[in-house]
Amino acid sequence: MAKKSYSFYPGCSSQKAASASNYQVSVDAMCQELDIELNEIPDWNCCSASIGYAGGGELPRLALSARNMALSEQAHPDQDIVATCAACWLATRETQERLGEDDELLAETNQALAEAGLKLKNDKKIRHMVEVLIEDIGYEELGKHVKKPLEGLKIAGYVGCQTNRPFGIHGESFENPKYLDKMIETVGAEACNDYEKKVSCCGGALAFSEPEKSQALIKDILESAYDNGADMIVTPCPVCQMNTEVYQDQINAKYGTKFKMPVVYYSTLLSVAYGKSAKECGLDGQVIRARQLEEIAGK
Amino acid sequence: MSDYNQQMIEKYRGNFLKEVEANVEEGDWVKMCMQCGVCSGSCPLGPHWEHPPQEIFMMIRANKREDILSSSSMWMCTSCYNCIARCPRGLPITHIMHGLATYAKRLGLAPKEQPTAKFAQLFWDNLTKTGRVNELKLGLSLYFMNGFGEGIKTALKMKDVGLGMLKTKRMTPMEMLGGHKCKDVKGLQAMLKKAEELEEARIGKRG
Repeated sequence: MAKKSYSFYPGCSSQKAASASNYQVSVDAMCQELDIELNEIPDWNCCSASIGYAGGGELPRLALSARNMALSEQAHPDQDIVATCAACWLATRETQERLGEDDELLAETNQALAEAGLKLKNDKKIRHMVEVLIEDIGYEELGKHVKKPLEGLKIAGYVGCQTNRPFGIHGESFENPKYLDKMIETVGAEACNDYEKKVSCCGGALAFSEPEKSQALIKDILESAYDNGADMIVTPCPVCQMNTEVYQDQINAKYGTKFKMPVVYYSTLLSVAYGKSAKECGLDGQVIRARQLEEIAGK
Repeated sequence: MSDYNQQMIEKYRGNFLKEVEANVEEGDWVKMCMQCGVCSGSCPLGPHWEHPPQEIFMMIRANKREDILSSSSMWMCTSCYNCIARCPRGLPITHIMHGLATYAKRLGLAPKEQPTAKFAQLFWDNLTKTGRVNELKLGLSLYFMNGFGEGIKTALKMKDVGLGMLKTKRMTPMEMLGGHKCKDVKGLQAMLKKAEELEEARIGKRG
Protein backbone atom coordinates (compact mmCIF):
# COMPACT_ATOMS: atom_id res chain seq x y z
CA MET A 1 0.00 0.00 0.00
CA ALA A 2 1.15 3.52 -0.71
CA LYS A 3 2.18 5.81 2.09
CA LYS A 4 -0.72 7.63 3.72
CA SER A 5 -0.17 11.11 5.13
CA TYR A 6 -2.20 13.00 7.70
CA SER A 7 -2.13 16.29 9.55
CA PHE A 8 -1.65 15.10 13.10
CA TYR A 9 -3.05 16.62 16.29
CA PRO A 10 -1.36 14.76 19.18
CA GLY A 11 -2.87 16.72 22.10
CA CYS A 12 -1.48 17.60 25.51
CA SER A 13 -1.51 14.15 27.08
CA SER A 14 0.55 12.64 24.25
CA GLN A 15 3.50 14.97 24.73
CA LYS A 16 6.84 13.78 26.06
CA ALA A 17 6.59 12.68 29.70
CA ALA A 18 2.84 13.42 29.79
CA SER A 19 0.16 11.01 30.97
CA ALA A 20 -0.40 9.30 27.60
CA SER A 21 3.16 9.57 26.24
CA ASN A 22 3.18 5.75 26.08
CA TYR A 23 0.16 5.93 23.74
CA GLN A 24 2.16 8.12 21.36
CA VAL A 25 5.12 5.72 21.48
CA SER A 26 2.93 2.78 20.43
CA VAL A 27 1.13 4.85 17.78
CA ASP A 28 4.50 5.74 16.24
CA ALA A 29 5.52 2.07 16.13
CA MET A 30 2.16 1.05 14.66
CA CYS A 31 2.23 3.80 12.02
CA GLN A 32 5.77 2.92 11.00
CA GLU A 33 4.66 -0.63 10.24
CA LEU A 34 1.55 0.53 8.34
CA ASP A 35 3.38 3.24 6.39
CA ILE A 36 1.26 5.99 7.91
CA GLU A 37 2.94 9.39 8.03
CA LEU A 38 1.79 11.73 10.80
CA ASN A 39 2.71 15.37 10.21
CA GLU A 40 2.32 17.25 13.46
CA ILE A 41 0.25 20.45 13.22
CA PRO A 42 2.81 23.18 13.90
CA ASP A 43 2.33 24.97 17.24
CA TRP A 44 -1.01 23.25 18.01
CA ASN A 45 -2.78 24.17 21.25
CA CYS A 46 -5.01 22.46 23.81
CA CYS A 47 -8.64 21.89 22.69
CA SER A 48 -9.89 22.61 26.26
CA ALA A 49 -11.32 19.07 26.25
CA SER A 50 -14.83 18.89 27.69
CA ILE A 51 -14.02 20.56 30.97
CA GLY A 52 -12.97 24.04 29.82
CA TYR A 53 -16.46 25.49 30.15
CA ALA A 54 -16.09 26.98 33.63
CA GLY A 55 -13.60 29.53 32.37
CA GLY A 56 -14.25 29.57 28.64
CA GLY A 57 -17.50 30.46 26.90
CA GLU A 58 -18.63 28.84 23.67
CA LEU A 59 -16.74 31.12 21.29
CA PRO A 60 -13.35 31.05 23.08
CA ARG A 61 -13.57 27.25 23.21
CA LEU A 62 -14.46 27.02 19.52
CA ALA A 63 -11.58 29.40 18.74
CA LEU A 64 -9.10 27.03 20.39
CA SER A 65 -9.97 24.17 18.06
CA ALA A 66 -10.34 26.55 15.14
CA ARG A 67 -6.75 27.70 15.63
CA ASN A 68 -5.52 24.11 15.28
CA MET A 69 -7.65 23.60 12.18
CA ALA A 70 -6.42 26.84 10.61
CA LEU A 71 -2.79 25.91 11.31
CA SER A 72 -3.43 22.52 9.73
CA GLU A 73 -5.00 24.10 6.63
CA GLN A 74 -1.91 26.25 6.30
CA ALA A 75 0.72 23.57 6.84
CA HIS A 76 -0.93 20.47 5.37
CA PRO A 77 -3.64 21.70 2.99
CA ASP A 78 -4.45 18.35 1.41
CA GLN A 79 -4.41 16.16 4.49
CA ASP A 80 -7.20 15.10 6.85
CA ILE A 81 -6.69 16.04 10.49
CA VAL A 82 -6.13 12.97 12.64
CA ALA A 83 -6.23 12.88 16.43
CA THR A 84 -5.40 9.99 18.73
CA CYS A 85 -7.04 11.48 21.82
CA ALA A 86 -10.79 11.06 22.15
CA ALA A 87 -11.33 14.53 23.63
CA CYS A 88 -9.13 16.24 21.02
CA TRP A 89 -10.99 14.52 18.22
CA LEU A 90 -14.37 15.28 19.71
CA ALA A 91 -13.67 18.96 20.42
CA THR A 92 -12.25 19.50 16.95
CA ARG A 93 -15.14 17.71 15.22
CA GLU A 94 -17.68 19.56 17.29
CA THR A 95 -16.07 22.85 16.31
CA GLN A 96 -16.09 21.89 12.65
CA GLU A 97 -19.75 20.93 12.84
CA ARG A 98 -20.91 23.99 14.73
CA LEU A 99 -18.97 26.46 12.59
CA GLY A 100 -20.22 24.65 9.49
CA GLU A 101 -23.83 25.19 10.57
CA ASP A 102 -23.59 28.77 11.76
CA ASP A 103 -22.12 31.45 9.50
CA GLU A 104 -22.28 34.09 12.22
CA LEU A 105 -20.19 31.93 14.56
CA LEU A 106 -17.72 31.18 11.78
CA ALA A 107 -17.36 34.89 11.02
CA GLU A 108 -16.77 35.66 14.69
CA THR A 109 -14.30 32.82 15.01
CA ASN A 110 -12.38 34.19 12.06
CA GLN A 111 -12.38 37.65 13.65
CA ALA A 112 -10.78 36.10 16.74
CA LEU A 113 -8.35 34.03 14.66
CA ALA A 114 -7.23 37.18 12.84
CA GLU A 115 -5.69 38.31 16.14
CA ALA A 116 -3.30 35.38 15.76
CA GLY A 117 -2.82 36.06 12.04
CA LEU A 118 -4.93 33.05 11.00
CA LYS A 119 -7.97 32.29 8.88
CA LEU A 120 -10.20 29.22 8.82
CA LYS A 121 -11.87 27.78 5.74
CA ASN A 122 -13.28 24.84 7.69
CA ASP A 123 -13.14 22.36 4.83
CA LYS A 124 -11.16 19.52 6.41
CA LYS A 125 -12.18 16.10 7.60
CA ILE A 126 -11.50 15.57 11.31
CA ARG A 127 -10.76 11.94 12.07
CA HIS A 128 -9.77 9.65 14.88
CA MET A 129 -6.82 7.31 14.39
CA VAL A 130 -9.21 4.39 14.76
CA GLU A 131 -11.09 5.64 11.68
CA VAL A 132 -7.86 5.75 9.72
CA LEU A 133 -7.13 2.14 10.68
CA ILE A 134 -10.61 0.86 9.88
CA GLU A 135 -11.54 2.97 6.86
CA ASP A 136 -8.24 3.76 5.14
CA ILE A 137 -6.27 0.62 5.99
CA GLY A 138 -8.97 -1.98 6.76
CA TYR A 139 -9.03 -5.00 9.07
CA GLU A 140 -7.66 -7.30 6.41
CA GLU A 141 -4.58 -5.21 5.79
CA LEU A 142 -4.15 -4.64 9.56
CA GLY A 143 -4.12 -8.42 9.96
CA LYS A 144 -1.59 -8.99 7.16
CA HIS A 145 1.14 -7.25 9.17
CA VAL A 146 0.74 -9.48 12.23
CA LYS A 147 4.00 -11.31 12.90
CA LYS A 148 3.32 -12.42 16.46
CA PRO A 149 -0.36 -13.26 16.98
CA LEU A 150 -1.50 -12.54 20.55
CA GLU A 151 -2.74 -16.11 20.92
CA GLY A 152 -4.22 -17.22 24.22
CA LEU A 153 -4.99 -13.69 25.41
CA LYS A 154 -8.53 -12.70 26.31
CA ILE A 155 -9.11 -8.98 26.11
CA ALA A 156 -11.99 -6.70 27.11
CA GLY A 157 -12.52 -3.93 24.56
CA TYR A 158 -13.40 -0.84 26.56
CA VAL A 159 -14.59 1.72 24.03
CA GLY A 160 -15.70 4.29 26.63
CA CYS A 161 -17.57 7.45 25.79
CA GLN A 162 -16.03 10.05 23.59
CA THR A 163 -14.71 7.84 20.79
CA ASN A 164 -18.23 6.45 20.66
CA ARG A 165 -20.63 9.32 21.30
CA PRO A 166 -21.91 11.59 19.88
CA PHE A 167 -20.09 10.88 16.60
CA GLY A 168 -18.74 7.38 16.95
CA ILE A 169 -17.22 5.28 14.22
CA HIS A 170 -19.19 4.97 10.99
CA GLY A 171 -21.37 1.87 10.84
CA GLU A 172 -21.05 1.10 14.55
CA SER A 173 -23.83 1.33 17.14
CA PHE A 174 -23.61 3.57 20.21
CA GLU A 175 -24.69 0.81 22.57
CA ASN A 176 -22.54 -2.04 21.28
CA PRO A 177 -19.77 -0.94 18.93
CA LYS A 178 -17.73 -3.90 17.65
CA TYR A 179 -14.59 -2.31 16.25
CA LEU A 180 -12.32 -2.90 19.24
CA ASP A 181 -13.44 -6.53 19.42
CA LYS A 182 -12.66 -6.88 15.72
CA MET A 183 -9.21 -5.38 16.27
CA ILE A 184 -8.59 -7.77 19.16
CA GLU A 185 -9.46 -10.68 16.87
CA THR A 186 -7.37 -9.19 14.07
CA VAL A 187 -4.24 -9.46 16.23
CA GLY A 188 -5.06 -13.07 17.11
CA ALA A 189 -6.47 -12.62 20.63
CA GLU A 190 -9.94 -13.47 21.93
CA ALA A 191 -12.43 -10.63 22.56
CA CYS A 192 -14.81 -10.56 25.52
CA ASN A 193 -17.90 -10.30 23.34
CA ASP A 194 -20.31 -9.80 26.22
CA TYR A 195 -18.36 -7.11 28.06
CA GLU A 196 -21.25 -5.18 29.61
CA LYS A 197 -19.26 -2.09 30.52
CA LYS A 198 -17.90 -1.55 27.03
CA VAL A 199 -19.43 1.92 26.60
CA SER A 200 -19.83 2.96 30.25
CA CYS A 201 -18.36 6.17 31.58
CA CYS A 202 -15.19 6.17 33.74
CA GLY A 203 -15.99 9.61 35.12
CA GLY A 204 -13.72 11.37 32.64
CA ALA A 205 -12.26 14.58 34.05
CA LEU A 206 -14.45 14.17 37.13
CA ALA A 207 -12.08 11.42 38.29
CA PHE A 208 -10.03 14.40 39.51
CA SER A 209 -12.77 16.50 41.06
CA GLU A 210 -15.16 13.74 42.20
CA PRO A 211 -12.79 10.83 42.88
CA GLU A 212 -15.17 8.72 44.95
CA LYS A 213 -18.10 8.96 42.57
CA SER A 214 -15.85 8.26 39.59
CA GLN A 215 -14.02 5.38 41.22
CA ALA A 216 -17.38 3.70 41.85
CA LEU A 217 -17.89 3.78 38.06
CA ILE A 218 -14.34 2.57 37.38
CA LYS A 219 -14.80 -0.31 39.81
CA ASP A 220 -17.74 -1.63 37.78
CA ILE A 221 -15.76 -1.36 34.53
CA LEU A 222 -12.90 -3.41 36.01
CA GLU A 223 -15.18 -5.91 37.72
CA SER A 224 -17.04 -6.63 34.50
CA ALA A 225 -13.72 -7.24 32.71
CA TYR A 226 -12.77 -9.80 35.39
CA ASP A 227 -16.22 -11.40 35.25
CA ASN A 228 -15.75 -11.86 31.51
CA GLY A 229 -12.41 -13.59 32.03
CA ALA A 230 -10.27 -10.80 30.60
CA ASP A 231 -6.47 -10.81 30.95
CA MET A 232 -6.40 -7.12 30.16
CA ILE A 233 -8.45 -4.18 28.97
CA VAL A 234 -7.85 -2.28 25.74
CA THR A 235 -9.11 1.23 25.04
CA PRO A 236 -8.82 3.98 22.41
CA CYS A 237 -8.94 6.88 24.90
CA PRO A 238 -6.16 8.40 27.08
CA VAL A 239 -8.55 9.40 29.87
CA CYS A 240 -10.22 5.97 29.95
CA GLN A 241 -6.78 4.36 30.03
CA MET A 242 -5.50 6.44 32.89
CA ASN A 243 -8.67 6.30 34.96
CA THR A 244 -9.06 2.54 34.70
CA GLU A 245 -5.37 1.87 35.32
CA VAL A 246 -3.95 4.17 37.97
CA TYR A 247 -6.70 4.14 40.62
CA GLN A 248 -6.88 0.35 41.01
CA ASP A 249 -4.94 0.41 44.32
CA GLN A 250 -7.25 3.08 45.77
CA ILE A 251 -10.30 1.13 44.61
CA ASN A 252 -8.88 -2.06 46.15
CA ALA A 253 -8.33 -0.25 49.46
CA LYS A 254 -11.86 1.09 49.49
CA TYR A 255 -13.83 -1.89 48.19
CA GLY A 256 -11.64 -4.79 49.33
CA THR A 257 -11.15 -5.91 45.72
CA LYS A 258 -7.89 -7.31 44.35
CA PHE A 259 -7.78 -5.65 40.95
CA LYS A 260 -4.50 -5.69 39.06
CA MET A 261 -5.69 -5.46 35.49
CA PRO A 262 -3.38 -4.04 32.81
CA VAL A 263 -5.05 -1.45 30.56
CA VAL A 264 -3.46 -0.87 27.16
CA TYR A 265 -4.24 0.97 23.92
CA TYR A 266 -5.30 -0.60 20.61
CA SER A 267 -1.98 0.69 19.29
CA THR A 268 -0.16 -1.28 22.01
CA LEU A 269 -1.82 -4.50 20.84
CA LEU A 270 -1.14 -3.78 17.17
CA SER A 271 2.50 -2.79 17.69
CA VAL A 272 3.20 -5.88 19.83
CA ALA A 273 1.54 -8.10 17.23
CA TYR A 274 3.61 -6.36 14.55
CA GLY A 275 6.76 -7.59 16.26
CA LYS A 276 7.95 -4.32 17.78
CA SER A 277 10.07 -4.35 20.95
CA ALA A 278 8.54 -3.76 24.39
CA LYS A 279 10.05 -0.29 24.45
CA GLU A 280 8.78 0.60 20.97
CA CYS A 281 5.30 -0.50 22.07
CA GLY A 282 5.42 1.78 25.11
CA LEU A 283 5.06 -1.18 27.48
CA ASP A 284 7.45 0.51 29.94
CA GLY A 285 4.68 3.11 30.33
CA GLN A 286 2.32 0.67 32.01
CA VAL A 287 1.75 1.49 35.70
CA ILE A 288 0.28 -2.02 35.89
CA ARG A 289 2.68 -4.04 33.77
CA ALA A 290 1.22 -6.00 30.87
CA ARG A 291 3.45 -9.03 31.49
CA GLN A 292 1.84 -11.22 28.84
CA LEU A 293 2.49 -8.59 26.18
CA GLU A 294 6.05 -8.08 27.46
CA GLU A 295 6.63 -11.81 27.04
CA ILE A 296 5.37 -11.80 23.46
CA ALA A 297 7.36 -8.66 22.62
CA GLY A 298 10.50 -10.22 24.14
CA LYS A 299 10.30 -13.41 22.07
CA MET B 1 -24.96 39.28 43.59
CA SER B 2 -23.26 40.60 40.47
CA ASP B 3 -24.50 43.58 38.49
CA TYR B 4 -24.68 41.35 35.46
CA ASN B 5 -27.04 39.02 37.29
CA GLN B 6 -29.24 41.94 38.33
CA GLN B 7 -29.27 43.19 34.75
CA MET B 8 -30.40 39.83 33.44
CA ILE B 9 -33.11 39.48 36.11
CA GLU B 10 -34.54 42.80 35.04
CA LYS B 11 -34.20 42.11 31.35
CA TYR B 12 -35.99 38.75 31.38
CA ARG B 13 -38.22 39.23 34.41
CA GLY B 14 -40.27 36.08 34.82
CA ASN B 15 -39.21 34.44 31.58
CA PHE B 16 -36.24 32.22 32.30
CA LEU B 17 -36.84 30.10 29.18
CA LYS B 18 -36.32 33.19 27.04
CA GLU B 19 -33.20 34.07 29.04
CA VAL B 20 -31.79 30.57 28.50
CA GLU B 21 -32.61 30.64 24.80
CA ALA B 22 -30.76 33.92 24.36
CA ASN B 23 -27.75 33.40 26.62
CA VAL B 24 -26.99 29.71 27.04
CA GLU B 25 -25.07 27.61 24.54
CA GLU B 26 -27.62 25.58 22.52
CA GLY B 27 -30.32 27.03 24.81
CA ASP B 28 -32.88 27.36 22.03
CA TRP B 29 -33.25 23.56 22.11
CA VAL B 30 -34.67 23.51 25.65
CA LYS B 31 -38.31 23.90 24.57
CA MET B 32 -38.03 20.71 22.52
CA CYS B 33 -37.77 18.52 25.65
CA MET B 34 -40.79 16.23 26.04
CA GLN B 35 -39.97 15.06 29.57
CA CYS B 36 -39.38 11.39 28.75
CA GLY B 37 -36.52 11.15 31.26
CA VAL B 38 -34.16 9.03 29.14
CA CYS B 39 -31.38 11.57 29.77
CA SER B 40 -31.66 11.34 33.54
CA GLY B 41 -31.85 7.55 33.42
CA SER B 42 -28.80 7.35 31.16
CA CYS B 43 -26.53 9.62 33.17
CA PRO B 44 -23.58 7.82 34.85
CA LEU B 45 -23.71 10.20 37.81
CA GLY B 46 -27.50 10.58 37.64
CA PRO B 47 -28.15 9.73 41.29
CA HIS B 48 -25.79 12.54 42.34
CA TRP B 49 -27.58 15.32 40.46
CA GLU B 50 -29.65 17.54 42.71
CA HIS B 51 -31.84 18.11 39.64
CA PRO B 52 -31.24 15.68 36.75
CA PRO B 53 -31.40 17.09 33.18
CA GLN B 54 -35.07 16.23 32.59
CA GLU B 55 -36.00 18.08 35.77
CA ILE B 56 -33.81 21.03 34.81
CA PHE B 57 -35.62 21.37 31.48
CA MET B 58 -38.99 21.52 33.26
CA MET B 59 -37.64 23.87 35.93
CA ILE B 60 -36.44 26.26 33.21
CA ARG B 61 -40.00 26.50 31.92
CA ALA B 62 -41.27 26.91 35.49
CA ASN B 63 -38.94 29.90 36.01
CA LYS B 64 -36.91 28.25 38.78
CA ARG B 65 -34.00 30.48 37.81
CA GLU B 66 -32.01 30.66 41.07
CA ASP B 67 -32.67 27.02 41.96
CA ILE B 68 -31.09 25.89 38.70
CA LEU B 69 -28.22 28.33 38.37
CA SER B 70 -27.01 27.95 41.95
CA SER B 71 -27.31 24.16 42.01
CA SER B 72 -24.39 21.77 41.68
CA SER B 73 -26.35 19.70 39.14
CA MET B 74 -24.77 20.73 35.84
CA TRP B 75 -21.34 20.31 37.38
CA MET B 76 -22.02 16.56 37.67
CA CYS B 77 -21.84 16.16 33.88
CA THR B 78 -18.96 13.84 32.92
CA SER B 79 -19.41 14.67 29.20
CA CYS B 80 -20.13 11.03 28.36
CA TYR B 81 -22.72 12.05 25.74
CA ASN B 82 -25.07 9.21 26.65
CA CYS B 83 -27.95 11.69 26.92
CA ILE B 84 -27.21 13.15 23.49
CA ALA B 85 -26.96 9.73 21.88
CA ARG B 86 -30.26 8.58 23.41
CA CYS B 87 -32.48 11.68 23.42
CA PRO B 88 -35.43 10.89 21.12
CA ARG B 89 -35.81 14.59 20.32
CA GLY B 90 -32.12 15.05 19.52
CA LEU B 91 -31.43 17.70 22.14
CA PRO B 92 -27.70 18.47 22.57
CA ILE B 93 -28.13 17.94 26.32
CA THR B 94 -24.43 17.70 27.21
CA HIS B 95 -23.82 21.08 25.59
CA ILE B 96 -26.85 22.65 27.24
CA MET B 97 -25.55 21.48 30.64
CA HIS B 98 -22.10 22.91 29.88
CA GLY B 99 -23.80 26.10 28.70
CA LEU B 100 -25.88 26.41 31.87
CA ALA B 101 -22.72 25.89 33.94
CA THR B 102 -20.87 28.58 31.98
CA TYR B 103 -23.81 30.96 32.37
CA ALA B 104 -24.13 30.30 36.12
CA LYS B 105 -20.42 31.01 36.48
CA ARG B 106 -20.71 34.22 34.46
CA LEU B 107 -23.58 35.47 36.63
CA GLY B 108 -21.67 34.65 39.81
CA LEU B 109 -24.33 32.14 40.88
CA ALA B 110 -22.37 28.87 40.57
CA PRO B 111 -21.81 27.21 43.95
CA LYS B 112 -18.46 28.43 45.30
CA GLU B 113 -17.22 25.16 46.77
CA GLN B 114 -18.31 22.86 43.96
CA PRO B 115 -15.20 20.73 43.20
CA THR B 116 -15.79 20.37 39.44
CA ALA B 117 -16.58 24.07 39.06
CA LYS B 118 -13.25 24.79 40.74
CA PHE B 119 -11.33 22.16 38.80
CA ALA B 120 -12.79 23.25 35.47
CA GLN B 121 -11.69 26.84 36.16
CA LEU B 122 -8.18 25.62 37.11
CA PHE B 123 -8.06 23.64 33.88
CA TRP B 124 -8.98 26.69 31.80
CA ASP B 125 -6.49 28.94 33.61
CA ASN B 126 -3.80 26.31 33.18
CA LEU B 127 -4.27 25.80 29.45
CA THR B 128 -4.69 29.46 28.52
CA LYS B 129 -1.43 30.38 30.22
CA THR B 130 0.79 28.55 27.72
CA GLY B 131 -1.67 27.14 25.19
CA ARG B 132 -1.14 23.60 26.44
CA VAL B 133 -2.08 21.82 29.63
CA ASN B 134 0.68 21.47 32.19
CA GLU B 135 -0.48 18.23 33.82
CA LEU B 136 1.84 18.48 36.83
CA LYS B 137 0.81 22.03 37.73
CA LEU B 138 -2.83 21.16 37.09
CA GLY B 139 -2.60 18.16 39.42
CA LEU B 140 -0.92 20.13 42.18
CA SER B 141 -3.34 23.05 41.88
CA LEU B 142 -6.18 20.53 42.15
CA TYR B 143 -4.75 19.01 45.34
CA PHE B 144 -4.33 22.42 46.92
CA MET B 145 -7.59 24.00 45.71
CA ASN B 146 -9.14 23.68 49.16
CA GLY B 147 -6.24 25.21 51.06
CA PHE B 148 -2.81 24.10 52.24
CA GLY B 149 -3.73 21.63 54.97
CA GLU B 150 -6.25 19.83 52.80
CA GLY B 151 -3.69 19.89 49.97
CA ILE B 152 -1.02 18.08 51.95
CA LYS B 153 -3.56 15.42 52.91
CA THR B 154 -4.66 14.93 49.30
CA ALA B 155 -1.08 14.91 48.05
CA LEU B 156 -0.21 12.15 50.54
CA LYS B 157 -3.26 10.17 49.54
CA MET B 158 -2.31 10.50 45.87
CA LYS B 159 1.40 9.81 46.44
CA ASP B 160 1.38 6.29 45.01
CA VAL B 161 -0.55 7.32 41.91
CA GLY B 162 2.01 10.09 41.34
CA LEU B 163 4.95 7.77 41.88
CA GLY B 164 3.50 5.30 39.39
CA MET B 165 3.25 8.05 36.79
CA LEU B 166 6.78 9.28 37.53
CA LYS B 167 8.29 5.79 37.34
CA THR B 168 6.71 5.13 33.96
CA LYS B 169 7.80 8.57 32.68
CA ARG B 170 4.21 9.70 32.23
CA MET B 171 4.91 12.68 34.47
CA THR B 172 8.06 14.74 35.03
CA PRO B 173 9.07 17.26 37.69
CA MET B 174 10.61 19.28 34.85
CA GLU B 175 7.12 20.53 34.02
CA MET B 176 7.45 22.80 37.07
CA LEU B 177 10.08 24.77 35.13
CA GLY B 178 7.84 25.97 32.35
CA GLY B 179 7.20 22.75 30.50
CA HIS B 180 5.31 22.24 27.23
CA LYS B 181 3.87 25.32 25.58
CA CYS B 182 2.83 26.99 22.33
CA LYS B 183 5.33 29.23 20.60
CA ASP B 184 2.76 31.87 19.74
CA VAL B 185 1.23 32.19 23.21
CA LYS B 186 0.74 35.91 22.61
CA GLY B 187 -1.33 35.35 19.46
CA LEU B 188 -3.34 32.62 21.18
CA GLN B 189 -4.16 34.85 24.13
CA ALA B 190 -5.07 37.77 21.88
CA MET B 191 -7.39 35.42 19.97
CA LEU B 192 -9.09 34.28 23.18
CA LYS B 193 -9.51 37.84 24.38
CA LYS B 194 -11.14 38.81 21.11
CA ALA B 195 -13.41 35.77 21.25
CA GLU B 196 -14.53 36.71 24.77
CA GLU B 197 -15.26 40.29 23.69
CA LEU B 198 -17.27 39.16 20.68
CA GLU B 199 -19.27 36.70 22.74
CA GLU B 200 -20.10 39.30 25.39
CA ALA B 201 -21.20 41.76 22.73
CA ARG B 202 -23.40 39.13 21.05
CA ILE B 203 -25.08 38.09 24.30
CA GLY B 204 -25.78 41.73 25.11
CA LYS B 205 -27.41 42.25 21.72
CA ARG B 206 -29.76 39.29 21.82
CA GLY B 207 -33.09 38.72 23.48
